[in-house]
Amino acid sequence: MKYLDEFRDGETAQRLAREIRQTATRTWSIMEVCGGQTHSIVRNGLDQLLEGAVEMIHGPGCPVCVTPLELIDKALAIASQPGVIFCSFGDMLRVPGSDKDLFRIKAEGGDIRVVYSPLDALQIARQNSERQVVFFGIGFETTAPANAMAVHQAKQQGIANFSMLVSHVLVPPAIEAIMSSPTCRVQAFLAAGHVCSVMGYWQYYPLVERYRVPIVITGFEPLDLLEGIRRAVHLLEAGTPQVDNAYERAVCFEGNQPAQKLLSEVFEVADRKWRGIGEIPRSGWRLSDPYREFDAEQRFSVANITTKESPLCHSGEVLQGNLKPNECPGFGKECTPRHPLGATMVSTEGACAAYYNYGRFVAVESIH
Amino acid sequence: MCLAVPGQVKEIYGSMGTQMGRVNFGGIVKEVCLAYLPDIKVGDYTIVHVGFAIAKVDEESAHRTLDAFREMGLLDEEFGEPE
Ligand code: SF4
Repeated sequence: MKYLDEFRDGETAQRLAREIRQTATRTWSIMEVCGGQTHSIVRNGLDQLLEGAVEMIHGPGCPVCVTPLELIDKALAIASQPGVIFCSFGDMLRVPGSDKDLFRIKAEGGDIRVVYSPLDALQIARQNSERQVVFFGIGFETTAPANAMAVHQAKQQGIANFSMLVSHVLVPPAIEAIMSSPTCRVQAFLAAGHVCSVMGYWQYYPLVERYRVPIVITGFEPLDLLEGIRRAVHLLEAGTPQVDNAYERAVCFEGNQPAQKLLSEVFEVADRKWRGIGEIPRSGWRLSDPYREFDAEQRFSVANITTKESPLCHSGEVLQGNLKPNECPGFGKECTPRHPLGATMVSTEGACAAYYNYGRFVAVESIH
Repeated sequence: MCLAVPGQVKEIYGSMGTQMGRVNFGGIVKEVCLAYLPDIKVGDYTIVHVGFAIAKVDEESAHRTLDAFREMGLLDEEFGEPE
């Protein structure tokens, strides 16, 4: 494997891969939920290394990719309003809305600022008290404590010109939706380490119980991923579905309690649409009543939005693991990271972009 | 986007009632909110996501992770100047 040879711990990785191949008596389908893990798996060729023993199915865990089109269009509408400063993480800027993206709005004169942290947006609001400052609060449970704190501080400090366009999504309901789909092929999950650093992993026990599916918590580095896959394959072979924590150095059972406390104060569970997948019940967070005044959707009237998705794009199938990116007819032709048709081509954590960036132009099956 | 990068806490201070600090990520020093790790001390290692420390880690694994992320080009992505 080209990539793994370059990798410092190449020998350990090869040993883990050998054990996985020797243990597997058939090809197991394992989904990594998190886009950061998808990036690392494709970047390091781990899926190719394990071919025959394990098929890695790339899950919907890229918040940029699953932010619903309506919300992107709302972001575009708010960002175009005169006087607004619209702050966002950098990777949202090229996500295609129905007919524009945030970069276009910026080129047309919109005041759009890329920030590293939501607290930076809050600071911009302090410094520009005569202007409305909106932060695009997207993400999974990992990002939520940061966004919760920004809204909390805005309320505490009376920063009335700050608001947040919230699109928070949650991992356990997504696992549930995937497992209850009639076309589901997933036999085990790798759960995202940093989501669990915040939330702990107590939430996964009912899922393992209900769907008899092993869930192994692991990190983002090649060795973490291989170790996670190794444990998942052992559980699958033994027929003993369990929750297993392979990322003990950063994850404990209860997670981060102070973070969970503020999350439950600032947010409340809500139904959410996932781009390409559709609505998943109770799969996200919105601002709770005491914080609703900071909801940008309420502050700006952006209710009547009609959306238009590219007819060529199959990202919904990709996000559910039913289609590999390079099986999409637009992949690498009409759709590239420079001209993305779907969000999964925009973010480096999107499966389509990972396949494109690491040269996966043909489906694995057609190599043989 | 869900990556959290390990670093070492260099300084802790309060700012408008919130515990903040400076964290060194293999040479890049950033201001980080430490409110979610109330017991953290100077010298400790923590993983940080979008400016927030979310969990403590040990020194050895912090260095290993930093090296691995650097190798994969993820550090530039996380801290590089936005386009
Ligand atoms: S390759 Fe492009 S068009 Fe095809 S599914 Fe991915 S984002 Fe959509």
